[in-house]
Amino acid sequence: MEIPYTYKARPDTGLYNAKVGIWLFLASEIMLFGALFSSYILLRVQAPDGVWPEMRLGWPHGLLNIPIGTFNTVVLISSSVTVVMAWASLKMGKIAAFRRYMILTLMCAFGFLGVKSYDYNEKFTHYELRLKNGEVHTGHLEVNGKHPGFWSFADIWNLDRLTKEKVAEVQFTADPPKPKAGEAHAAEAGHEHVAKAIKRDEISRLEAFIPRNHNFFAIYFTITALHGLHVFVGALVMAYFAFPGSRMWRTNPEQFTNRIEVVGLFWHFVDLVWIFLFPVVYLL
Amino acid sequence: MQATNHTAAHGGGHEAHHHEPGFMQKYIFTTDHKMIGIQYGLTALIFLLFGFCLMLCMRWQIAHPGHPIPLVGSLLEKVLGDVAKDGKMSPDLYNSFGAMHGTIMVFLAIVPLAFGAFGNYVVPLQIGAPDMAFPRVNMASYQFYFLGGIIMFISFFIPGGAAQAGWTSYSPLATSIPTHGQAFWLIGMVFLISSSLLGAVNFIATIIQLRAPGMTWMRLPFFVWAQFVTGFLLLLAFPPLEAASVMQLMDNLFGTSFFLPTGLAVGGRLADISGGGSPLLWQHLFWFLGHPEVYVLILPGMGIVCEIIANNTRKTIWGYKSLVFSVLAIGFLSFIVWAHHMYLTGMGTKISAFFQTTTMIISIPSVILLTCFFISLWGGSIRFNTPMLFALAFLPMFGIGGLTGLPLGFNASDIYLHDSYYVIGHFHYVVAPGTIFGLMAGIYFWFPKMTGRYMNETLGKIHFWFSLLGMNLVFAPMFIQGLKGMSRRMADGGTTYFGADDIAIKLNTSITHAAVLLGLAQLPFIVNLFLSIRNGRKVESDNPWQATTLDWATPTPPPHGNFATEPIVYRGPYEYSSPGAARDFTPQGQKV
Ligand code: HEM
Ligand SMILES: [Cu+2]
Repeated sequence: MEIPYTYKARPDTGLYNAKVGIWLFLASEIMLFGALFSSYILLRVQAPDGVWPEMRLGWPHGLLNIPIGTFNTVVLISSSVTVVMAWASLKMGKIAAFRRYMILTLMCAFGFLGVKSYDYNEKFTHYELRLKNGEVHTGHLEVNGKHPGFWSFADIWNLDRLTKEKVAEVQFTADPPKPKAGEAHAAEAGHEHVAKAIKRDEISRLEAFIPRNHNFFAIYFTITALHGLHVFVGALVMAYFAFPGSRMWRTNPEQFTNRIEVVGLFWHFVDLVWIFLFPVVYLL
Repeated sequence: MQATNHTAAHGGGHEAHHHEPGFMQKYIFTTDHKMIGIQYGLTALIFLLFGFCLMLCMRWQIAHPGHPIPLVGSLLEKVLGDVAKDGKMSPDLYNSFGAMHGTIMVFLAIVPLAFGAFGNYVVPLQIGAPDMAFPRVNMASYQFYFLGGIIMFISFFIPGGAAQAGWTSYSPLATSIPTHGQAFWLIGMVFLISSSLLGAVNFIATIIQLRAPGMTWMRLPFFVWAQFVTGFLLLLAFPPLEAASVMQLMDNLFGTSFFLPTGLAVGGRLADISGGGSPLLWQHLFWFLGHPEVYVLILPGMGIVCEIIANNTRKTIWGYKSLVFSVLAIGFLSFIVWAHHMYLTGMGTKISAFFQTTTMIISIPSVILLTCFFISLWGGSIRFNTPMLFALAFLPMFGIGGLTGLPLGFNASDIYLHDSYYVIGHFHYVVAPGTIFGLMAGIYFWFPKMTGRYMNETLGKIHFWFSLLGMNLVFAPMFIQGLKGMSRRMADGGTTYFGADDIAIKLNTSITHAAVLLGLAQLPFIVNLFLSIRNGRKVESDNPWQATTLDWATPTPPPHGNFATEPIVYRGPYEYSSPGAARDFTPQGQKV
């Protein structure tokens, strides 16, 4: 038994099955990310006026690393180009060129994930500190003489943990104060980058830049992690087709080309999500 | 893979050298849409029975609060521990059973039966396809469903038991209960949702791509249209719930506050959370799925009923085009009515007015569907076999369910009726004597195609009449209880709320008795289903009901690949009693 139109287009619809399938799947993905974006908007709109961290529940501004985000945007867009080139190479029957473009795409994908995990790590090691005297700082923490290492997410502190582990004092290096408009750099010059000892008893809230800290982090991590998961899965599938899966090229080049087209469509979608995500979450 | 290599090695074209698949390949890891349909069907029927048993325990508690549950009480104590101490149902257990009854019935019983089982078995046959467009995705869809079911089932036995926050899982309640039932629920849901998504992609692609030559859109049987729209509802409405489930899971496990407001107090103490979230957001995301979901529950049933009515009135369906456009309209509109479940949340009058209006508009196509079916009966020489009895009963039952929905759709009357037993009566009329009757009709109708034997008519009629009686005795009194102001989800059946001599309280007992009757009425069905596989009366031909659609043009039971020769379609789906035709039915594949 054979299923019709697995790789030949059906004349009246002009599509082969997998192409219909992937478009339908992407429609559901739009609803998935759409729901998350809507949640982002709603949470942000209903946040009280004022800016985090000064205002505890206010929405933060300029917290995310824009150069890194921009770099990743460029990386992903390039990968969208290379994946099209890979497909086009197949259309022209050039399997070697196909493989080269796929490798480029994969490098972009893993580059993106690498940069992203650096970004995550930076957040996990960054702290919000509130003192009982009303002072609010963000900065880096040193407990018992140790900075959190690379596996920072496994070594996250908060007030509860300090109490439980009877840590009486921590070292805290505050971030340089944000330059106000007009007096750029003036503040930075005067600021010394030194750790200050803070007693546990002075602290009213200590929380890393992790989901439970604030809904901004919660939604930021949820959306970007889900997107990252899509990048990862897409990369795995592409790695499969670039290497072991490309055997099919010899037995059924047409179907193989179609498969790359379908993967490419998925990849464009992943790219597109980022293109929304970057301005909405990083820039606005 | 294996099979292709095999034939290749033998030079191909060796049809006679047939490779008999092993047991695992044939029954467990099968990619044949018919076997997957049967897997879905059996699993879903088991969950249907299980969900019903949960409810029987709850009904006992409502009628006799604080008395040990007869028969199963000691068993519950043994497997569940303290929550069922002395065989009595604690409020925690009541909440668990209630939440899981709803969840199991909706997501593990009705949807898999209506969409997974009937859709899988019948749709490819009716459109003349050899299988689904993506057979392996189809298998994965069943496996995800199965895993989701297992996770839900296991959650009963973890410390603290299964989820307790209702099938709607409203936050912050769902996050404040200090057990892990909710986490299991959410993970289970993620599997079930993924399963539905895979299924939906597959169904829609199959219907678009694999229609046989000549099977134009307007020649599709209405059942296929119903499944097509259902597929889109699942495809587009479920992902927001998937997102919401992930967010609630974050609230549960990672301490975020997506759905938790500032200043939330749990057990009299301020919760240790960041706050700033929105409980309403959960409700919006949930009901954005929730309302399309109710059409997922009803449309396949309607499709089945349509096939059976046409077949047993020996007349064409009245208003085929109206049916098609109505079902499309329902599909579209069902995405913009969701907040009629939220009138009492204080969304504001403007928003309420909008959703009230759309709700009234969506009832129009629903009424058109029902009216077309009623008119189709007019002047027919009706055959009253068991499938037809169930299909006929569907009509007034769905009618009652739909009409009682209207007062719920107006926000002024809903303020009184919301969260009362009236709502329970309303939607159960739609899903229980409505959808379930439709599905039962379908089982009796397609059983001969699946097995080559009829189900027993006498047992079928006993099943039907006692179910009809039982359903109405269970659900009709709920309208009275609700109108008297009785709230739903009360572990003591409302005795603390009412004077104990009130009529509403007395109805609790009679409803419980009726529920037992309804349960007993299913015994003939279970016996019938299993005994008829071997002992039922043999069918005389491949088309025992003398039907017109392509599913009856296959060998019985259909082999892998379905059709002996590729079918070609020459006419619409319901050409019964055409003037001048030789017989009173003209199959779609018949040329002249
Ligand atoms: C045809 C017109 C219908 C209208 C106007 C309607 C209206 C409503 C409204 C307004 C509610 C919310 C009541 C409340 O919570 O206060 C409701 C609840 C419900 N309806 Fe319908 N409905 C209709 C058809 C259906 C259908 C076809 C189904 C399918 C099975 C259905 C299933 C449900 C369910 C499951 C609930 C309860 C949800 C819960 O647990 O709160 N309804 N209906
Ligand atoms: Cu609704």
